[in-house]
Order: sequence, then structure tokens, then C-alpha cells
Amino acid sequence: MATHWSQQLHTLLKQQNIRQVSFVPDAGHTALIKLCEADDAMRAVRLTTEEEGVALAVGAWLGGDKSVLLMQSSGVGNCINMLSMLSVCQIPLTMLVTMRGDWAEFNPWQVPMGRATQPVLEEMGVLVSRADREDEIVPLAEGALRIAYNTLRPAAVLIGQRLLGAKTFDQ
Amino acid sequence: MQPAPKLERRAVVRALLADRGELMVIAGLGAPAWDATDAGDHPLNFPLWGGMGGAVAMGLGLALAQPDRRVLVLTGDGELLMGMGSLATVGVQRPHNLAVVVLDNEHYGETGMQPSHTAFGIDLSAAAKACGFAASSLVTTMQQVATLRADIHGADGPLFAQIKIAADKLTLVLPPRDGTHLKNRFREALLGKVGHFQR
Repeated sequence: MATHWSQQLHTLLKQQNIRQVSFVPDAGHTALIKLCEADDAMRAVRLTTEEEGVALAVGAWLGGDKSVLLMQSSGVGNCINMLSMLSVCQIPLTMLVTMRGDWAEFNPWQVPMGRATQPVLEEMGVLVSRADREDEIVPLAEGALRIAYNTLRPAAVLIGQRLLGAKTFDQ
Repeated sequence: MQPAPKLERRAVVRALLADRGELMVIAGLGAPAWDATDAGDHPLNFPLWGGMGGAVAMGLGLALAQPDRRVLVLTGDGELLMGMGSLATVGVQRPHNLAVVVLDNEHYGETGMQPSHTAFGIDLSAAAKACGFAASSLVTTMQQVATLRADIHGADGPLFAQIKIAADKLTLVLPPRDGTHLKNRFREALLGKVGHFQR
């Protein structure tokens, strides 16, 4: 099932002429990352921390490339200060964020950032939408890409943990 | 033997940006942005008023987007220390057209000249070498600066140089501070008017 929406997202990124896809790996993004890495029309950039992806997007846009940042919700916390640049300079970026710390979370240390993800993004000027059903992901991602690049601002789609399946550590 | 006097940052940056041609410059938050402006405000300068720790990753995004043009990230030791992981990110991508030059005064100049990690011997050029940069050097003379200027325009990258400079507090030479202006003039200079219609 997971492969299905990842393939649709990959097709969408190609249609929207996304040239740079940066990421810190996350289980929910595994299939999409593999598809982007195998695609010669895209540059897949592995990051050491998510804020690099925000800065990368600024450089990419200065150079005429559209980019997307893939991360887990805990990575949103790593991006806060760097997001300032997107609003000050009116630079577009779409972020696809797989959630931790919401539905059926197993790890208590994930919950604070999971709860804060959406308000933190919104406080920093990011337009946020949230997919809790599989059939919502691609339409919401398309909407985020279009509003980001048509109106020169950052947009994020949160992909809920109920949809992804909560990590259980085999418990 | 007395150590040689450290280089003067504005003279270094003027030499690095002499006859710059189509070179694109990301100038890191603080003094490197003022230095780049002192050498001559330019539409292909993107001087940072924020985003500390992001200059190298920004240069990487630009270098990947424009593989046929040269990109210089000119930043400070404090700014680089905040984003050292981005050296590893560059090392994986290995953009041939990217140079990262650190103006290392061993201090946080904008906040009152507190010593940075490099004042205690932390070796940024060794870190860049370990992260897979094609070349990485420690620069202490103006002759080396002249060689570096030529390498920025022609050598196969990614290049890294750590230039030891004096911890002088100089007159501010401020670039425009409206981020949308800086972005739009950069994109127009690089992409032409058509850049304004990209979506």
C-alpha cells in the first residue's frame, strides 16, 4: 500500500518539475526516497539535519530549481530559525512531513514535538494541511506544491501516523 | 620566530572577488556579508542577514541548480561551526563548481568578539578534507589568496579554504536588507527577466 502513494507522489514531483529532493530518512518516506534517487531528472540530497534542506531550497530557488524537503515531524523542530528566510525572502518550498507522536505513538519522547509540529510550522509562516487518509495525500501534496510555487511561500503536508502505521518495536 | 601578522579580511575579500565575472556569491551572516559588500555590491551576491549555519547548504543548492556556473560561499568560522554537518552533505554530492571559503578570525565578531572553537585549535580545513572535499587548504598569505582566487574560478571542486584573518572590528558596509529585493535581483541577473515568471 505504501508504495502506491509514494509512486503517485513521485509522478507528481516530476509533473511539477521538482529538481532537488532533500531528506533526512524516515520509514514513511523510504519508497519515495528510493524513487527520487533512481530518477536522473532529480537530485536526491541526503541531509545531516533538516534545516540544511531549508537552506538548500533557498540556494536552489536562487538558481532556478524547485525543491521539496522530506522529513519526519521531529525534524520540523530543527528547521525553525532557518524557516525565517523563506518568509523574509518569499521563497517557495514544499515539505512533506511524516508524523510521529500522534495516533498510537509508542515512544513518549516523540510526543512533545509531534504535538508542536503544526503550530510551530504555522507560527513560522508555513501553510499546513494534513492527510489522515491515504487518498488525501496526493491531492494535498499537489495543492501544497501549487500554492507554494504560485504564491512564493512555504507549504507543508503532514502525513498522519494512523495512515502510516505506528511504529511498535515489535511489541 | 614571531608568527606572521594575520591577513586583513577586507583586503582578502577584495582579492578573492577581483575580476569576478559571473561568479555567484553566498555571503554568510555577519562580517563576511559586509566584506563582500565592501568589495562591491553586486546582483550575484546573496548576503545573509539571518539563517546562521545555512550558507554552505545554500551554496550547495545553487551549485546543483547551476552546474555550469561557479559558486563561492564566503562565510565566517562561527557561521560554519553552526552548520558543520553540511560539509558532509556537500561531500556526498561533490559539486565540482562549489568553493567554500571561511574567513576565520577565531571569534564571534558581531556579538562582542567572544572566542570561537577555532581559537582552541579546532581545524575546519581538516574537517572539510575528512568530509570529502576535493581540496582543502589553510591560507595565511596573500600569495595563497591569489592562488585560491584562481582555483575558485577554475579548479575542480568542491574546494574548501580556511583563511586566517585578524579579529578586527571594521566599519560596517551594509548590503540591501530586503530579502525579496536580494532574491529578485539575483534571479534576474542569473536567469533573466523570465525568472520572474517561473512557477
